[in-house]
Amino acid sequence: MGAGDVYGQAISHGVASGMGGIRTAGDLVARMQITRGMRLKQAKEYVAHKLGVSVMDLSDPVVMLDVRKERGLGAFTEAGEIVYVDDPVGLEAKFHIAELLDVPINSVERFTAMTRGRG
Amino acid sequence: MEQSIPTRMGDGALVFLTPSEIEATIREGVAAAVKRAKVEPLAEDEIAHLLDIFSSRSRFSAVDIGDEVTLSYDGCGSHDIGTRVNDLQYYEQYLCADSVELYHQDYSYKPAKAVIGFEQTTMRQAQFLITAPCGYGAMPDLGLYTVPDGPVANWSQLLPMGKIAEARAAQEEAVELAADDIFFVAASMAEAGADFIDLDTAGAAGDADFLAALKAIARIRARFPDLGIQIGMAGEFVLGMHGELEYDGVRLAGLWPREQMKLAAKAGVTIFGPAINVNTGKPVAWNVARTITIVKQCCEESTVPVHLNGGMGVGGVPMHILPPGDAASRASRSAVDILRLDGL
Repeated sequence: MGAGDVYGQAISHGVASGMGGIRTAGDLVARMQITRGMRLKQAKEYVAHKLGVSVMDLSDPVVMLDVRKERGLGAFTEAGEIVYVDDPVGLEAKFHIAELLDVPINSVERFTAMTRGRG
Repeated sequence: MEQSIPTRMGDGALVFLTPSEIEATIREGVAAAVKRAKVEPLAEDEIAHLLDIFSSRSRFSAVDIGDEVTLSYDGCGSHDIGTRVNDLQYYEQYLCADSVELYHQDYSYKPAKAVIGFEQTTMRQAQFLITAPCGYGAMPDLGLYTVPDGPVANWSQLLPMGKIAEARAAQEEAVELAADDIFFVAASMAEAGADFIDLDTAGAAGDADFLAALKAIARIRARFPDLGIQIGMAGEFVLGMHGELEYDGVRLAGLWPREQMKLAAKAGVTIFGPAINVNTGKPVAWNVARTITIVKQCCEESTVPVHLNGGMGVGGVPMHILPPGDAASRASRSAVDILRLDGL
């Protein structure tokens, strides 16, 4: 995006045109752009198909909270009111994301290699 | 008599323009882009849409529901509160970033190399906590390789003395050093779990700077086929500090976004970020119209996602450290609506 204070930049762009990150499916769509170089339309359709939701649903936090919780894709921690101790977050959630999107996630592969038995 | 609308200048100052004046400035911005970048003008319905956005007195403007795009950031957080991992967490948790980027305060690959162990450890810690794609970013920053900061002769000193051949040789030497450093840091970050590497403000020192980025990208792509690679440009066209450098048979000096994108995609990026400079003496509507006109063909023809740079001083956003939300949101919406952007 670019320089400027958080309120003027990140919040303005986020509210004006942003998908919403882990609040919705923005991080999943971004991951397909970053990892596979998919353009937005293709990435949205790919993620929607994998999740079994409509493209419109991808930016809807009301729909996506339940979808993310059911599939263990991570969500806001929010003082224990959204994500509970048995809900995957961070690296735990990325194991599910890698499987769902069928893409390699570097940190997941690294964690798997690091925790493998050594002898 | 027409009612005046509060709007912004390119430096962020509030001004009042009538709808007729706003339409005139939009048309002037389009014409300026056509003349300078040799691109096609916007269609009449696109100019009408910009006029609609900028003729509103509302404090904020936004895309239609369902038209949202992904947002990437060249460096997350200000390093003022907590740790750098905390910066990434609040970008993910509170600002709803679609991807986050760890960075070193110096934001250049050369100094990052010197503290790479610390950077790797921080990336490793971040990967445990962050769910969204988390990458590492810095600038190629070719100037750091010249004396007195680096080992190469300083072409900014050689050129005024008329030592053209020596200045060119110095830049060519710096290209290889920078590409080595960028690859080293990228490989180290991939080893620590990074999802992507960002080469930001590429081309800041001219065509040699852009060449260093392209050479590094090709090496990173060859070594790490699944690593995301993002490039963000420094300006709207590549300065010819060397003048004769080529990548894949294409002369780099003077390239505009469409041609920059093609070379970046060929080298191996997965996201391309054009940067269109802001004229502080013109209204935001003029700057947005000019930005969109310059980038439109690049977006239409791109084979990789395009994330337009929308920070202060680029992409129509005012050149002010506190960009007003009314202006930033209009720049954001205008670009997404008309360019069908992949992201910002």
